[in-house]
Amino acid sequence: MSAKVITVTSGKGGVGKTTATANLAVALAQMNEKVVAIDADIGLRNLDVVMGLENRIVYDLVDVVEGRCKLRQAMIRDKRFPELFLIPAAQTRDKTAVSPKDMVKLCDDLRAEYDWVLIDSPAGIERGFRNAIAPADMILVMTNPEVSAVRDADRIIGLIEADEKGPGLLVINRVKPAMVKRGDMLSQEDIVDVLAIDLIGIVPEDENVLIASNQGRAAVLDERSKAGRAFVNIALRLKGEDIPFDELDDRDGFFDRILKFGRAGGDS
Amino acid sequence: MMKTSLHIKGVHDALLIKVDDGAWTDVRPALVESIEAQEDFFQGARVALEVGERALGAAELGSLRDALARMDITLAAVISTHPATQDAAADLGIARSLAHRPRKDPLEMEGVDTEVGGDDAIFIQRTLRSGNNVRFAGHVIVLGDVNPGAEIVAGGNIIIWGRLRGVVHAGAAGNEQACICALELAPTQLRIASHVAVSPKRPRKPKPEMAHIRNGELMAEEWRTPRF
Repeated sequence: MSAKVITVTSGKGGVGKTTATANLAVALAQMNEKVVAIDADIGLRNLDVVMGLENRIVYDLVDVVEGRCKLRQAMIRDKRFPELFLIPAAQTRDKTAVSPKDMVKLCDDLRAEYDWVLIDSPAGIERGFRNAIAPADMILVMTNPEVSAVRDADRIIGLIEADEKGPGLLVINRVKPAMVKRGDMLSQEDIVDVLAIDLIGIVPEDENVLIASNQGRAAVLDERSKAGRAFVNIALRLKGEDIPFDELDDRDGFFDRILKFGRAGGDS
Repeated sequence: MMKTSLHIKGVHDALLIKVDDGAWTDVRPALVESIEAQEDFFQGARVALEVGERALGAAELGSLRDALARMDITLAAVISTHPATQDAAADLGIARSLAHRPRKDPLEMEGVDTEVGGDDAIFIQRTLRSGNNVRFAGHVIVLGDVNPGAEIVAGGNIIIWGRLRGVVHAGAAGNEQACICALELAPTQLRIASHVAVSPKRPRKPKPEMAHIRNGELMAEEWRTPRF
């Protein structure tokens, strides 16, 4: 067993990297995978908050890198999933405290015992970003259907291609289907047209994400959450399953209900 | 004079002509006359002659080759079962079969071979992403898109076989004759020499366009092959 190391990055801040990392980690853990999530945003940590584990931090990533603790001591076990761990970032240091080499070594130490290592990259293209992509086997590029986010995603893809870690897989987050229909929001086609990489997920805008995050829970645990379902789909695709991109369709529509009824009652 | 109807076959990139039986003194002029009658067809062609068992010397082959050359026909090969003919052909550097082609492989080229003239250009076969930068003193040609945030600065022209959405500067050293062409011209900003312009909102149907300076003004127009 050798873990797949996946870095979630974007260039632009606030597009949903931390949300995605947390939700994908929980989704995979729900599927009985062994997962370690790492917050690489040193100085501005929030993966711990979103996962509801901030009260349990004793050691962090910088403590491990600087040898003040063993790797296992910094790994916080999730309350709900015994095989899901978080290595939090340090809040009182900055990104120069860790080097790309440190990150590669740390992930190598984890590879043998876990199935997935998910790294939450900071925004930007400087040291923090470089630290986060250094150990990656695969990179998820997050973007929003919004021009500046797409511009930054393009830059990021160019940088990861130049580092021969490309091309990356695209996640379009916070999509509002009604706005796209009206032509007020960039469509999936518009975005993929510019970025020219394969899509792995489309996540609709969903209030439940904020509500869950405030409670330190992942939206994937909320069955009503459309964003949660979208993240589950991404996790399934990461595992190699072929899931159609119907996240924006109206799942609970009239037609759907009719079909369900038909199948239950009849016989072909 | 005996008129020969030519038996012609296309083989590889040559025309194989089977010469009739009979004395060479008769057959040869008839052959040349027949070819002359269809000079347009043969012009520029490579011809292989199948002469059978005849013994032909270097003089005969040489004179025939020259006669054909005057009609812009290359005697590429002489095919014969007679050793004397084969030797004569070899002496003249004429192939003895069409399998051997003494002609130079057109893909073996050293340097640029043209009487037309041209300039140095860099050819880039990929889409330029935001943050990518190309600077070149000559012309720049891109087979791909130029995304917003990408930049090209060229001393010469800039040709984009794709969508131009970034910033480009042609004639950067001051050449006002420089031009910028794209399949879809929608740059963030466009510069030729010291002129700067932004793209007006374009109608949705993109078409190939060229931007250049005309009457001191930077303008873009639909592509039509110009007379340079």
